[in-house]
Amino acid sequence: MAEQLLEIRDLSITPAGSQTPVLSEVSLSLAPGERVGLIGESGSGKSLTASSVMGLLPEELHAGGTVSLAGFEGNVLEAKESRLARMRSDLVSMVFQEPMSALNPLMRIGDQIAEVLRIHGGASRAEIPRRVRDLLTSVHMPDPDGARFAYPHQLSGGQRQRVMLAIALANSPRLLICDEPTTALDVTVQKHMLELIAERVDAVEAGLLFITHDLAVVAGICDRVIVMNAGRIVETGSVEEIFTNPRHEYTRGLLASSDLEATDENGKLFTLRTALRYSGPGDAPAPRGRAALAAADGAVCSDGAGRSDCAGRSDCAGRSDGAVRSDGAADVVDRVHPGTTSASGTAPSSGTAPSSGTASASEQGALIEVTGVTKLFRPRGLLLRRRAAVQALGGIDVSVAAGSRLGIVGESGSGKSTLLNILSGLDRPTSGHVRVGDIRVESASTSALRRLRENLQIVFQDPFASLDPRMRVEDIVAEPLVAAGVPGDERTGRVEEMLRAVDLDPSSMRRYPHQFSGGQRQRISIARALVTRPRILVADEPVSALDVSVRAQVLNLLTDLVDDYALTLLFVSHDLGVVRHLCSEVIVMKDGGIVEAGATEDIYADPREDYTRKLIAATPSLAGALAART
Amino acid sequence: MLTYVANRALQFALALIVASVVVFALMSVLPGNAAQVALGTNATPEAVAALEAQYGLDQPPATRYLGWVTGMLGGDFGTSYVTGAAITPVIVGSVQVTGILVVAAIALAIVIAVPLGTFAALEQRNWIGVTISALSQIGIAVPNFLAAVILVIVFSLTLGWFPSQGWMAPIEGFGGFLARLVLPVVSLALVQAAILTRYVRSAVLDVMREDYIRTARAKGLTRTRALFAHGLRNAAIPVITVAGVQLATLLVGAVIIEQIFVIPGIGSELVRAVANRDLLAVQGIVMVLVLLVLIINLIVDILVPVVDPRIRNAA
Repeated sequence: MAEQLLEIRDLSITPAGSQTPVLSEVSLSLAPGERVGLIGESGSGKSLTASSVMGLLPEELHAGGTVSLAGFEGNVLEAKESRLARMRSDLVSMVFQEPMSALNPLMRIGDQIAEVLRIHGGASRAEIPRRVRDLLTSVHMPDPDGARFAYPHQLSGGQRQRVMLAIALANSPRLLICDEPTTALDVTVQKHMLELIAERVDAVEAGLLFITHDLAVVAGICDRVIVMNAGRIVETGSVEEIFTNPRHEYTRGLLASSDLEATDENGKLFTLRTALRYSGPGDAPAPRGRAALAAADGAVCSDGAGRSDCAGRSDCAGRSDGAVRSDGAADVVDRVHPGTTSASGTAPSSGTAPSSGTASASEQGALIEVTGVTKLFRPRGLLLRRRAAVQALGGIDVSVAAGSRLGIVGESGSGKSTLLNILSGLDRPTSGHVRVGDIRVESASTSALRRLRENLQIVFQDPFASLDPRMRVEDIVAEPLVAAGVPGDERTGRVEEMLRAVDLDPSSMRRYPHQFSGGQRQRISIARALVTRPRILVADEPVSALDVSVRAQVLNLLTDLVDDYALTLLFVSHDLGVVRHLCSEVIVMKDGGIVEAGATEDIYADPREDYTRKLIAATPSLAGALAART
Repeated sequence: MLTYVANRALQFALALIVASVVVFALMSVLPGNAAQVALGTNATPEAVAALEAQYGLDQPPATRYLGWVTGMLGGDFGTSYVTGAAITPVIVGSVQVTGILVVAAIALAIVIAVPLGTFAALEQRNWIGVTISALSQIGIAVPNFLAAVILVIVFSLTLGWFPSQGWMAPIEGFGGFLARLVLPVVSLALVQAAILTRYVRSAVLDVMREDYIRTARAKGLTRTRALFAHGLRNAAIPVITVAGVQLATLLVGAVIIEQIFVIPGIGSELVRAVANRDLLAVQGIVMVLVLLVLIINLIVDILVPVVDPRIRNAA
């Protein structure tokens, strides 16, 4: 056997002052030029493993075991900082998750790339500008000459990640570690980035250790997969083995919950708990009409306690109607009758009437009506020079019927969030009209806005930043009730009830947000949004920051709640896969305009616009990634 | 960037105009007529009226305000009602003294605080870092007059290295000037350095946790070199702001030190003018102080975008 490029033996990591290791008995190896995916949820220890290889573990963590690298004498874990510094970028390089903060904001891009060449003496002083330009060209940076003089804040997330890759590969290291390099990026940008990583790693003939929580991402880029859970390696195997025949229960769970195209007999996404019945990716047919199906069976099982049971039982009353496995999806469409869909009875049936969509919604008297809405942002200058305004929205018309589920899809900067803000009265349109119920939002008074708030609530993207860290959960959830003037003694009861509805233990009411995981925090956000019993729920990328396993749980929860509370749902996402699962209708946005609108399955099956096709193609899917390998 | 500077300059001018109106109005509504004060309680109404006419106090307020402002623009702060002497030379002289004192003190504070704070951050887990933190804590608690008294006892009265008080202009003798400068500057700087050290330490600790420092280390820089190459400039942004505020506070805050060391600074002149009910002198001195504070803020406002391109572009 040839010498391994990377060999980790019995790596364990223990926080200072603690007896319980956060990582234990991790052993893995990577051959020269091999591409290995390291998979696991947040907190599974995959990033710590990567930091150990780089010798970049935080000081308060103590590592035991050995990490050896071809070309580096001795144990990386015990080496001095000065030796490690020489090794980094020369032997091993790393691309980090957060492109927004990984580059020095005060330094030009070109200087940051030049620095890595200078440190290792890889190029003479005179050569450096040319090498920098070559590196920027190699990562397909638009205008590589001009980009050298840009500061990080002038680049998009995808471009910054390209720069990071250029820096990481500047000295042709033997091993590249990528720690969730695309998690913070849009799907379309993610796709390009993944292709670029594969291309560049090939070009410099480096090995690749690719860390992610998203299995669909790994399938396209890696040969072998290592699955980690709770600080241990649970399974290792080739991509095909892991994807088609996972041996470990946890692997199966991850696989099942990352597959947005497969649902269980209740029309729910698989979670770690229900993964046993998951049959694997690839054999699931196109899941037409699933959103409507989910709406149909959800109306039956409406109390919080019953629901959690439903997930594990197939004999739940009423569920048998929807108990159609994904292989019977064709039948499903016929069985769903518009009249029985949801409590409000106005939900359009996306599967049966392809032409229904936003147009039909307006005929029935829309709950939300947006006409000709534009939004200009004027950079402010006191007197003096006036700058060109930026058009964020250009003439948007949307109408949403009560009880429908509208997905709003588009890349960053397409105007999705601006539209949501205007709808919710958080921002005013430059021109145009917005009506929600009987409230004219664009000219609403403070009291009208308060009424709007009781009927329209929002769940934001970032579960970490959108909750006040110094407020207790009960106060966070009760806040909309306070605003609505609900008396104190009634509030506690309603908060408890709401926490139960989102599957959180009411005994956790006295705790603070930081004591919860990302998924739990998003549940708290959802509880806060629904506590006033609004008619409309607006969700702005609520699962983009979550692990796939948690994502499935939160999406299932949202589906249930939308049914139980007869909500009209507006769901913003850059991920068409998520929208496809949840929404009956979709609008696709680009550059502040709507390029396409209609029933989700129609648009998915037969996109008219190139842009929509591009979005669909970029959505990572297990089946797609596996198919592409063969 | 040019727009930004122009905007700031405009704000500067507006603030100055508003301040002059407020200062003038406050002095005008104070009870007690300057002429009455000058002549004493036994003066006849005719004598008071005559003096008012001589000072121009019988003019309407707007006229007096305009006269005061145009005078200042021409460098003339008027004549003291109390002493009968021109105010301008007093202000010019004392501003120079305080300016030298305060700028030297802040410069010394920065020279002490930046390396100390950085070191304390790098060694935060070792005894040396903890010691620096503890010392800076104590330094903040010590009032600067106490520091001054101790310094005088040790270095002047006991060791006899420096004079215990007095002031000498640089042209009168540079050695004498420096010798008299040391103790007051050090007593001012110690406390400011202690405060600034804490800010530097926490700013450096913050940047050390930033992702770009990790990136720099992944590129092959050691922790310390990553801090010097990428961290310090980022840490400088909050420190510049704090140092600017400190400098502004010291302009008047130095008055106690000026009194202890018998230095004719602007704070001492202000105290004297207030004690003598020398209203026109108070007005002039306060305006000069406002002007200096605004200049300091303007410099800070311009320095920050020079360091930080994000603000430069937003500006």
